[in-house]
This record gives sequence, structure tokens and C-alpha cells, in this order.
Amino acid sequence: MSLLVPDTGLLFWMALSFGVVLFVLVKFGFPVIIKAVETRSAYIADSLEAAREAESQLATINRQAEAIIAEAQNERKTILNEAQEAKNTIVSKAKEDAEAEARRRINKALEDIEGSKKKALAELRKDVAGISVKIAEKIIGERLKDDQKQQELINKLLAEEFAH
Amino acid sequence: MKRKNNTHLVVGFLLIFLTAAVGKTAAQEQKVNVKEIVFEHLGDAYEWHITNWGEKSIAIPLPVIVKSKERGWRVFSSSHISHGTTHEGFYIAHEGKYAGKVVERNSAGEEIRPSMDISFTKNALGLFISSCLLLLIILPVARWYKRGAQHTPKGFRGAVELLIVYVLDEIIKPCVGEEYRKYATYLLTIFFFIFINNLMGLIPFFPGGANVTGNIAVTLFLAFCTFLVITFSGTKAYWKEILWPEVPTWLKAPVPIMPVIELFGIFTKPFALMIRLFANIMAGHSVILGLVCLIFITVSMGATINTSMSIVAVLFSIFMNFLELLVAFIQAYVFTLLSSVFINMARVKHAH
Repeated sequence: MSLLVPDTGLLFWMALSFGVVLFVLVKFGFPVIIKAVETRSAYIADSLEAAREAESQLATINRQAEAIIAEAQNERKTILNEAQEAKNTIVSKAKEDAEAEARRRINKALEDIEGSKKKALAELRKDVAGISVKIAEKIIGERLKDDQKQQELINKLLAEEFAH
Repeated sequence: MKRKNNTHLVVGFLLIFLTAAVGKTAAQEQKVNVKEIVFEHLGDAYEWHITNWGEKSIAIPLPVIVKSKERGWRVFSSSHISHGTTHEGFYIAHEGKYAGKVVERNSAGEEIRPSMDISFTKNALGLFISSCLLLLIILPVARWYKRGAQHTPKGFRGAVELLIVYVLDEIIKPCVGEEYRKYATYLLTIFFFIFINNLMGLIPFFPGGANVTGNIAVTLFLAFCTFLVITFSGTKAYWKEILWPEVPTWLKAPVPIMPVIELFGIFTKPFALMIRLFANIMAGHSVILGLVCLIFITVSMGATINTSMSIVAVLFSIFMNFLELLVAFIQAYVFTLLSSVFINMARVKHAH
């Protein structure tokens, strides 16, 4: 059957046309396309990987940010508490100090007054003693003329002195 | 619903018109020789017959290139010998060993074939058209990629890329293995060459319709190329498995039974590729041609049978055309797949 016998002429043309097609496509056709397609698929795979990484990084960052915020809030609370405490202590200390100062001043004033009083009293006593002596001298000067009376007065004064 | 009815009506009218027209010509020819019609379409021809317009046959004349043993090279148009006429001593034999081929009479008066016949036949032209088409499809796409594709291709380029990536990812990479890059271009060329020729064969008129991949010379050459690729990429382990396989020694020496069987295996693999493609495509064409011929055969059986059989034949040939579309792809796929598998077998790293 002629269908099963390969024809030499057609074989020649087949070799020619297929040879040309094969040469051209192997040289200029498919390598370019394969390279481009593989480059692109590699690029897509890389991009996907990068996106996944970025996503996980973002999640980490979010978690970190939340942690930071929570920490900051805690810190704020403690700082506020500390401030409150500090305020309280400062106020109470100031009060104490003020009270102490006031007391000190009062005490000092009292002491001063006491001192002044004592000094005044001493001076007064001194003056009074002087005056008394003078008065006494005068009185005595006049009265010592009478011995009797003089003796009585001396006794009386002595008794008084001792009574003190 | 109304639209559907309209379609039915149109199809019906077409069929009636078709059968009427066919009936007229067939009645003139009286008897239809189905075998002749089918074989004429399946085989090669020196001219590309398109149709008959009344008595006149319309055909594309192609160059006949022959080398006579006694008179040397001769080139002339096939129109000189297409109607049984003789040109420069050459004519187309109608019967005998060389039926359908260009023959000449030598000085002894015997009918002989020219020593060389590389006429540019119908199938050769079909091959050239398909090849040009293939280059026109692939090269612009390649140029687009070369210019630096910034985005994914759309439209036609996208379709071509889809096929390339499909063949690359589904056939070549898994079957050839890690060395696929070296063979990818060859296998892609094989796939696209077979695929486009199969598709062109399905178009019933010029520039398609030549039974290219259903011609054994074409599939022989394709299988031969794969044979060369397999043979030249054979590793040491591959040849060792063939020449000295791991079987009991009495199977290898003194009578090399297994090596002989294995050596046969080298040739049966591409041989199977050749026959598979050839037989599938040829069978598809035969069935469609047979179905179409059914219309012409039943003309003599009366209008009723003829019309009903025409409807059946048209429906069946539509179905067959769809099937052949599938087969066109599947055969290109299978040829590439098996070539990949054979290459992989030849690239075996160590005997096992």
C-alpha cells in the first residue's frame, strides 16, 4: 500500500522545512520565551515570598507596638502614682516643716520674752534694791538715832530676810 | 426558543440545498468510488486540487522536480501532466506499481520511476505553509519577550504562552527531569510543529487540508529526529543496559539474546511514535472523508434515504471534527510526552 511507503521527495521537503523551523525556533524562538517565562515565575515566587515576609514582619511590629503601648500605659500609671505620692509627701513635709518652724519661732519668741522678762526683772530688782537701799539709807539715816527702834528694825528686817 | 427554531430551519434548508446540489453532480458521475476519493485525499498529489467547477478542475499547479536516469534533471509545472497528458516523456501512472506517481518510459520501453523525484507536492506545500505559520506565530511572541516584557501577555500572545508553559510544565519538566532545559526547545518545536500541522489538516480547503501528519514520510522524519536525540543523549549506563543488561549470563553470551532484544527496543520506540501519529491522523481523516462520502453514496437510494443519511453524516462529521480537534492536540501531546520519556530513559545516571 502506497500510504505506508515513505516518499523520498516528501522526506526531502520535510527534512528541509522541519530543519529550518527547528533551527530558527531553537535559535531565536523558544529560548527567549522560556527564559522570560521562568524569570517571571521566579519573580512572582520571590514577590510572594517577600510579601509573606513583610506580612509576618508587620505582624511582629504590630505586636511590638502593642506591647510598647501597654508598657507605656503602665509606666504612666506608675509615674502618676509616684507623682501623687510625691505630692502627698511634699505637702505633708511642708506642713510639718512649717509647723516646726512656727513652733521654733514661737518658742524662740517665748524664750526671748522670758529672757527679756528676766532681764527686766533683774534690772528692776537691781533698781528696786538700789532705790530700796537709798530709801532705806534715808529712812535709816533718820531713824537710827533711836537705838531701840534701831534694834527692833534690824531684827524685824533680819527676820524678814530669813523668812525669805 | 424562537431563535432555536430558526436555527433548526436554517440547518434544514442548508442540508436540503446541499443534498440537492450533491445529487446533481453525483448523478452525472453515476457511481462513486469511495476508496478512490478517500485515498486521493489521504495521499500526496503533484498538484493541489481545490474543486471542480463544472467540467473544469481548479487546482494549484506545483513544480515537478525529477531526475531522469537517461535525461538528467527536469523541472516543470504539474499542470502539464495533470490530465493524463505526457510532458517531456513524463506522465502520472494510473495503475500498476507506481499508480499516482510520475513515471517515464526508458529506452527499452519499460515504465520506470525517475531516479529522483523531489517534486514540490501538495504535502510539501502544506508543510511549508504550516512551517511559515508556526514561525509567524512564535517569532513575534519571542520578539515581544526579548524587548522586555513588563507585564503578562494578553490575547494571542497569552494563548501562545499558555500552550508553551503547559507543555513545559506538564510534559517536559516532569518527564525529562532536571536536564530538561537542554531538550526543552527541541520538544517544544516538535509539539508545535505536529500540533499546527494537525490543525491545518483539519481545515477542509486550501491552505489547509493536506494530510501532512497523516503521511508516513513526515512522521518518519519526526520520529527519526527523536531517535537521533535519544541516541546522542544516551549515557554510559543507558548503553550498558542495552549491550550488557543485568540478566543471567546465558542470556547475554554466547548468544546475545537480551542485547539483540534491547537493540530492537532502540528502534521500536521511535517506530511506535511514527506509526501512532501517522495512524491516528490518517484514521481521523479517513473517517471524516468516509462520512462525507456517505452523502454521495446514498444518492442512488432515493431522496428520503439520501436526505436522512445526509443529516446523519453531517452530524457525525461535525462530531468527528470536534474529536479530531481533540486528537490533533492529544497526538502532539503524546508524541512530545513519549519523546520526553525516552530522553529521560536515555539520560539514566546509573544502572539499576
